[in-house]
Amino acid sequence: MKKQINLTVNGKAYSHEVEPRTLLVHYLRDTLRLTGTHVGCDTSSCGSCTILMDGQAVKCCSLLAVQADGANITTIEGLAENGTLHPLQEGFREEHGLQCGFCTPGMIMTAADLLSNNADPSEEEIRHALEGNFCRCTGYHNIVKSIQYAANKINKKEVVS
Amino acid sequence: MTKMIGKSVKRVEDKRFITGKGQYTDDIILPNMVYAHFVRSPYAHAKILSVDTAEALAHPGVIAVYTGADVAEVNGVPCGWQVNFKSGETMKEPKHPLLVVNKARHAGDAVAVVIAESKEAARDAVDLVEVDYEELDAVVDPKKAAEDGAPLVHEDAPNNICFDWELGNPKEEVDAAIAGSAHVTTLEFANQRVIPNAIEPRSYIGDYDVAHDKYTLYTSTQNPHLIRLLLCAFVLGIPEHKVRVVSKDVGGGFGSKIFHYAEEALVTWIAKELGRPVKWTADRSEAFLTDAHGRDHVTKAEMGFDEEGNITGLRIKTYAAMGGYLSTFAPAVPTYLHGTLLQGLYTTPKIHVDVVATFTHTCAVDAYRGAGRPEATYLLERMLDTAALEMGMDPAELRFKNFIPAFNGVDEEGYVTNVALQYDSGNYHPVLQRALEMVGYEDFRKEQAAARENGKLLGIGFSTYIEACGIAPSAVVGALGARAGLFEVSQVRVQPTGMVSVYTGAHSHGQGHETTFAQVVADKFGIPLEHVDIVHGDSDSVAFGMGTYGSRSLAVGGSALVKSIEKVIEKGTKIAAHVLEAAEDDLEFADGKWTVKGTDKSIGFGDVSLTAYVPHNYPAGLEPGLDFSSFYDPTNFTYPFGAHIAIVEVDKDTGKVSLKRFIAVDDVGNVINPMIVDGQIHGGVVQGVGQAMFEQAHYDEDGQLITGSYMDYAMPRADDIPMIETDRTTTPCPHNPLGVKGAGEAGAIGSTPAVVNAVMDALSPFGVKNLSMPLTSESVWRAMNS
Ligand code: FES
Ligand code: FES
Repeated sequence: MKKQINLTVNGKAYSHEVEPRTLLVHYLRDTLRLTGTHVGCDTSSCGSCTILMDGQAVKCCSLLAVQADGANITTIEGLAENGTLHPLQEGFREEHGLQCGFCTPGMIMTAADLLSNNADPSEEEIRHALEGNFCRCTGYHNIVKSIQYAANKINKKEVVS
Repeated sequence: MTKMIGKSVKRVEDKRFITGKGQYTDDIILPNMVYAHFVRSPYAHAKILSVDTAEALAHPGVIAVYTGADVAEVNGVPCGWQVNFKSGETMKEPKHPLLVVNKARHAGDAVAVVIAESKEAARDAVDLVEVDYEELDAVVDPKKAAEDGAPLVHEDAPNNICFDWELGNPKEEVDAAIAGSAHVTTLEFANQRVIPNAIEPRSYIGDYDVAHDKYTLYTSTQNPHLIRLLLCAFVLGIPEHKVRVVSKDVGGGFGSKIFHYAEEALVTWIAKELGRPVKWTADRSEAFLTDAHGRDHVTKAEMGFDEEGNITGLRIKTYAAMGGYLSTFAPAVPTYLHGTLLQGLYTTPKIHVDVVATFTHTCAVDAYRGAGRPEATYLLERMLDTAALEMGMDPAELRFKNFIPAFNGVDEEGYVTNVALQYDSGNYHPVLQRALEMVGYEDFRKEQAAARENGKLLGIGFSTYIEACGIAPSAVVGALGARAGLFEVSQVRVQPTGMVSVYTGAHSHGQGHETTFAQVVADKFGIPLEHVDIVHGDSDSVAFGMGTYGSRSLAVGGSALVKSIEKVIEKGTKIAAHVLEAAEDDLEFADGKWTVKGTDKSIGFGDVSLTAYVPHNYPAGLEPGLDFSSFYDPTNFTYPFGAHIAIVEVDKDTGKVSLKRFIAVDDVGNVINPMIVDGQIHGGVVQGVGQAMFEQAHYDEDGQLITGSYMDYAMPRADDIPMIETDRTTTPCPHNPLGVKGAGEAGAIGSTPAVVNAVMDALSPFGVKNLSMPLTSESVWRAMNS
């Protein structure tokens, strides 16, 4: 019954036997113990479980682990490089983009996808991109500012180099 | 050393959350752990004729199934607040069993629990438990529940009445004041039921260590010690010192994680029965059905005015739903947290409020962000804007006219209301003045008139609120029916090296205590922020505590912290005087060192700390060590206030409401970290906006929760909301050492009526005066087209 999957998560190769019905989010949380990816709903509505799969933001509560066979996945744990925070992580801290922190990994991964497609989004574009992610704490105000902070930082870097 | 208090210090706790290293309860996996999944009633009201667990028990991986009969001997979940009938009779307080035995009283009521080796097996086996129900009629509306012949939730509560209650001036005086008024504004409305929806679902793990005869409960709660007390003393009857309650990272609460839930007691009890750790995490659909809901009032309000627009009297009758069972603080919400706030910011000379609390075949209702105060504010502020419209007055002017004059509560007395509170300090004109400046009121009215010419509907709505938070003086709440004290506890343990560990009974589930509390300590001791560590959420390390709700953390917990800090400084002064060979009176403590006044002789905080633990050269008779705890019980509530203004645009063709601007000017007293306070206001405002525009827990007549998922229950999303424009005035709290008042609920208390008033203003050309929340496109469109 179990199926073999091979995938890369945060730069590391994994190979596991999984039940066909195991959700990707449960594989990441329970098998790989990457618990930064959260579960906030059962209708793919809240975005707490957002990760990057082959560079695209996906809600991994609505994917099966077997669908990730061969995929390259980044979770919140894999975003910082060599101990340096990603500009989005820095932005969320600088602009107080989180309170309880539960929605935060999903917000950051969603924003990472946005910024990789649109390096200089308007406020409206940011809000639109966050449509699939609930935050019950911040009223979104500082999340928008955090993403603007990251965009500015990334853009300045590009100008310099 | 730079001052730390008042600075927007970046949050200490963020590092773990932005790197995915937070540890919420569901992130924990204990060795040998098993999983619980509940069998829940699909009916709102049903007799349970039989429960057959055989097939479920035979399912691979299933270890046990417990039903109501198995826990019949265990006590139910208690209620922590007693409100009496007007007659003096005690409220009706039916048992709230951990699992129901012969009757289900709301959709989602727990009938049985399956324990299995995996989540999947537990979930599969739930469908194999066969329950034979006989469906009965249900009642879901708090007012209809009290009508003769309504289906009864509990046989021993006639007419479903839990209690009736009144407060204020004698009813005849209020009747006379209203009868003699030049104008009376009357509104009937519902403050609809909403669902708190913290994004982290509730999650509990029970564990039992047979070798030490010790239980551990990991729980997503806002108040671990309170849960321990209720669990031990009231439900399971186990000794408190044998139970550890841990709630480290909690993903939002908004009130819904204050209460002691049956699932917490069950996982703890079953852990011992099975000798294995038991985890339960709610699905979102279970959260919708079982997390205590908020609001759900049906109200008639009448407010009288004289010719000049001065308020002459206020008369209120409210029906408030309790739900199927009494949740921990449910009776306090529509009474002592609602009735007592109906003075608002106004000089209303006569007030009478009558509250009937009823059982309904629904999920329990309890405190949700603001708890009672948003309901009071909604009522008053809808009345004010409606009255202004009816009397042809400006809504801002009407408020200025009726505001209580400023008083500082220090050399001027507090303001005694007609509804049992004494406001400690207040200065209400400036918040509204400032909000009007920020919005550009005169220009807006011109813009609005021009827009109307062009067929565009703009509206402006006001809300000026006061709230009572910093909950609360134990003696006062005790007299009002609380079955617990509401002090707070701190411990400041200075380590030998001068590093400081702080243990607080307050609990952060987003509030940022690891930062603000550390700022207070660093500031008072004159030491770097990094030298301070804040510990909370573990009953084995924190001596005691009452937890976080009612915007009480800094006002009560912070005050307890200051008390311990002062004790450390006092003892440190004795040690410093000895080492410096000076009189204590000749020393001053500043910037992290004790200095002999007028000299350069000094000793630093670290050296004094070390001396306290290596007491070789030490004052005779003084105990070694530098470690103090304190209990702080406030003398009054704190009274934040503010002015909120919303600007909306209503689409004439579709009825869609867009929130264009939101201005919030709040006075929360002194501020420790402005960045965090602003964040609290943003979040609170948006929750209040959610109630005005989107949210409603809708039960149909059979008691089915129609809005039982995020597909059906609308919450504000990022693109529904503009940037929130904030500012502050500062009227310090006169009775606590930091002068702080509390900011957690202010946003949610003030914002809802501002939005509704703005929509009513936009719709005024249509003669629409009153619409029920939420203001969906459909209801607005219908109002314009009827
Ligand atoms: S948990 Fe995946 S969208 Fe909610
Ligand atoms: S920070 Fe709590 S849900 Fe977003």
